[in-house]
Amino acid sequence: MQYDVVVIGSGPGGYVAAIRCAQLGLKTAIVEKYATFGGTCLNVGCIPSKALLDSSEHYHNAAHTFQTHGIKLKDLKVDMPQMIKRKNEVVEQTTAGIVYLFKKNKITSYQGHGSFVDKNTIKISKADGSAENITAKNVIIATGSKPTELPFISVDKKRIITSTEALNLKEVPKHLILIGGGVIGLELGSVYARLGAKVTVVEFADSIISTMDKTLGAELLRSLKKLGMEFLLGHKVTGASVKGNKVTVTADDPSGKGISLEGDYCLLAVGRTAYTEGLGLENIGLTVEERGKKITVDENLQTKVPGIYAIGDVVRGAMLAHKAEDEGVFVAEYIAGQKPHINYNLIPGVVYTWPEVASVGYTEEQLKEQGKKYKVGSFPFKASGRARASMDTDGLVKVLADAETDELLGVHMIGPRVADVIAEAVVAMEFRASAEDIARICHAHPTFTEAFKEAALAATENRAIHI
Amino acid sequence: MSLTIKVPPVGESITEVVLSRWIKQDGEFVEMDEIIAELESDKATFELTAEKAGVLKTVAKEGDTLAIGAPVCTIEEGAAAPAAPKAEPEATPAAAPLEKAAPAAQKTSSYAAGAPSPAAAKILAEKGLDAVAGTGVGGRVTKEDALKAAPAAKAAPVVPAKTTVPAPAGARAERREKMSSLRKTVAKRLVAVKNETAMLTTFNEVDMQPIMDIRAKYKDKFKDKFGVGLGFMSFFTKAVCEALREFPAVNARIEGEEIVYSDFVDVSIAVSAPKGLVVPVIRNADGLSLAQIEQAVVDLATKARDNKLAIDEMTGGTFTITNGGVFGSMMSTPIINAPQSAILGMHNIVERPVAMNGQVVIRPMMYVALSYDHRIIDGRESVGFLVRVKQLLEDPARLLLGI
Repeated sequence: MQYDVVVIGSGPGGYVAAIRCAQLGLKTAIVEKYATFGGTCLNVGCIPSKALLDSSEHYHNAAHTFQTHGIKLKDLKVDMPQMIKRKNEVVEQTTAGIVYLFKKNKITSYQGHGSFVDKNTIKISKADGSAENITAKNVIIATGSKPTELPFISVDKKRIITSTEALNLKEVPKHLILIGGGVIGLELGSVYARLGAKVTVVEFADSIISTMDKTLGAELLRSLKKLGMEFLLGHKVTGASVKGNKVTVTADDPSGKGISLEGDYCLLAVGRTAYTEGLGLENIGLTVEERGKKITVDENLQTKVPGIYAIGDVVRGAMLAHKAEDEGVFVAEYIAGQKPHINYNLIPGVVYTWPEVASVGYTEEQLKEQGKKYKVGSFPFKASGRARASMDTDGLVKVLADAETDELLGVHMIGPRVADVIAEAVVAMEFRASAEDIARICHAHPTFTEAFKEAALAATENRAIHI
Repeated sequence: MSLTIKVPPVGESITEVVLSRWIKQDGEFVEMDEIIAELESDKATFELTAEKAGVLKTVAKEGDTLAIGAPVCTIEEGAAAPAAPKAEPEATPAAAPLEKAAPAAQKTSSYAAGAPSPAAAKILAEKGLDAVAGTGVGGRVTKEDALKAAPAAKAAPVVPAKTTVPAPAGARAERREKMSSLRKTVAKRLVAVKNETAMLTTFNEVDMQPIMDIRAKYKDKFKDKFGVGLGFMSFFTKAVCEALREFPAVNARIEGEEIVYSDFVDVSIAVSAPKGLVVPVIRNADGLSLAQIEQAVVDLATKARDNKLAIDEMTGGTFTITNGGVFGSMMSTPIINAPQSAILGMHNIVERPVAMNGQVVIRPMMYVALSYDHRIIDGRESVGFLVRVKQLLEDPARLLLGI
């Protein structure tokens, strides 16, 4: 078959690219190696982790806050198999939705491993051993990423696990040792901490979620410690071994002294690596970057081979589903001759712990480094009526604005539902709003978004009303 | 202290200009000598620079026609430069009035003026536009602003001949674009020439073989020595200068009730530039060597292409040469470049069978046309002139000998 566009990989970057191509009238096919569509995000990432985060949050509230709310429960228990079953149902419904969308948009889908024969020919190797070649004028590589492994730790997927396995545990760990204090580790770590596991985080850096504004890391650290999680920062993991049902993790503390931790599970969450193996890139003269295995692309996400594009986790930039989706739309429109644009500085970053963490634009550290003159306004959720009503008073909103023009330069939030609240900041910044603009726009009361308005007021002229 | 910047005098015959674009926006801080706006006259586009540093306050709007000396903008001195901002206000006492600081968002123009919304940015990119005026809050460019903006003009479109075939199926959209100041002037002047002169055209043909032989023989040596290619333009210019000496009326013009004869030859050459036709001038062409002429042609054509021709490089000129041959024209009747009285049209070189000494031979031939104002040039002079040009080109040794 001859297509205008073949997309390899059906994650949020790939399937969105395919749908946008089809909307633009391009004859489109998509190739997926796994049995279900949707990639990491839908199968073993964003969606299932959110399902478990919500379940575990309900349990945690039932166990710890219901009494204060005036609700009494007896015999509260975690039913882990049911929790995983519900999560799997969510995944099934979501991936089935992709099948429907492909059909609706007349996209041909192929199940099998796609690789390049030449720049216009994709070979699809199927599970039954057969193979089929299809040809395309354009190819979009959207193969995503997989959990990064460390050379000195062998992942047995039973006791030493990655995020994929952590979404399918049959029991609540007694002691989960978490290697890595990044987004993925902290989300899954908090799932099990809420369900009663002891969780110890071993992190090499001296802060958690270290790429985000430092205020957020410090606040989140406080909240997670309240949840009972323990943190060993500045610790360099040196090894992990399994003996029966026990995992031993060794590390060097900041002074270089060796320590040893014993638990029943070890979750390795030290980032993700672009999934570029077995794609046959060598057949079209493409190589991957040594560090991170990413594919080099130009400003239009085109590789050095004309007509071959790459998007999402396999290219530079943040490894985020929504960044991949926007890049999918970008490439589809670019192939169709349009001139789309992505503002990479305004891609929000979110962590689904509780409190949630969300951020857009420059961090305070970046502004300092640039020597930019800026103003800071912040507002704590404990001063928000809405947050008090729901007993979610941890966290704050921090607004960074240009000292001269008052333009918003960065917005950083930690608190209830800030993953949703951040959207307002992204919209405002896309339109280059000033802090005072936000302060003068009416916000419904009582809502969590009022905290953003108050922080903006604080940034404008240090005149927040409610603090 | 504020300083008013006025439209500077840009050339003798220019009385008004159009403000085509603000490069700096109202309220923006500008450094001295920074370019703040683009002005367009009949003949060229030029840049307006800030005469001192300060905050720009615009007076005229984009698209306004301004007389020479009319105010364009003012520059407010004393306002802080962005690099040296005023200290942040001290912590205000609790009782201080709230309206102390001017709210940025309430000004009509702001740091965000011209900033397009995400949808507007895509539309502008697809229309090939960098910026348009915004009607949104603080001068932001809304989706509607972008939709309404006219797409960037394509370079000098060649208008295909209208045909009367039945309307084809499919899209039949029409576009309306404002005529540029340059286009309007060209239009006005061409019609004026047609109406106000007694213009007619005489033709001849030139056997280009001798010149092509010379070029073939010497082009490498010429290039090595002078760093410029040996083209046809230098031969034509040289031949024209020689012929003009013999027929001074062709180099003359009418001014009121007088005929003005120039004892020098300033040859205007018609060049197709991105914004339309321009006619830069080779001064005192009669005193230049072939190499100097070629160099002048290259320089002027480059400037024309880059829109860098100054007004005085396009004014004056006593006679014009136009070469429709580069576009493939076999024969045409060029229009005189007023106030001049004649124009020579070159055309493409085509191998044609011609009779020579009783034999049919194939020669590289070019038709040449001379349009002239019959009011001051008689038929004898115009035909004589063109024959002389033909002779000089067909036997370039005559150029050397002056015969």
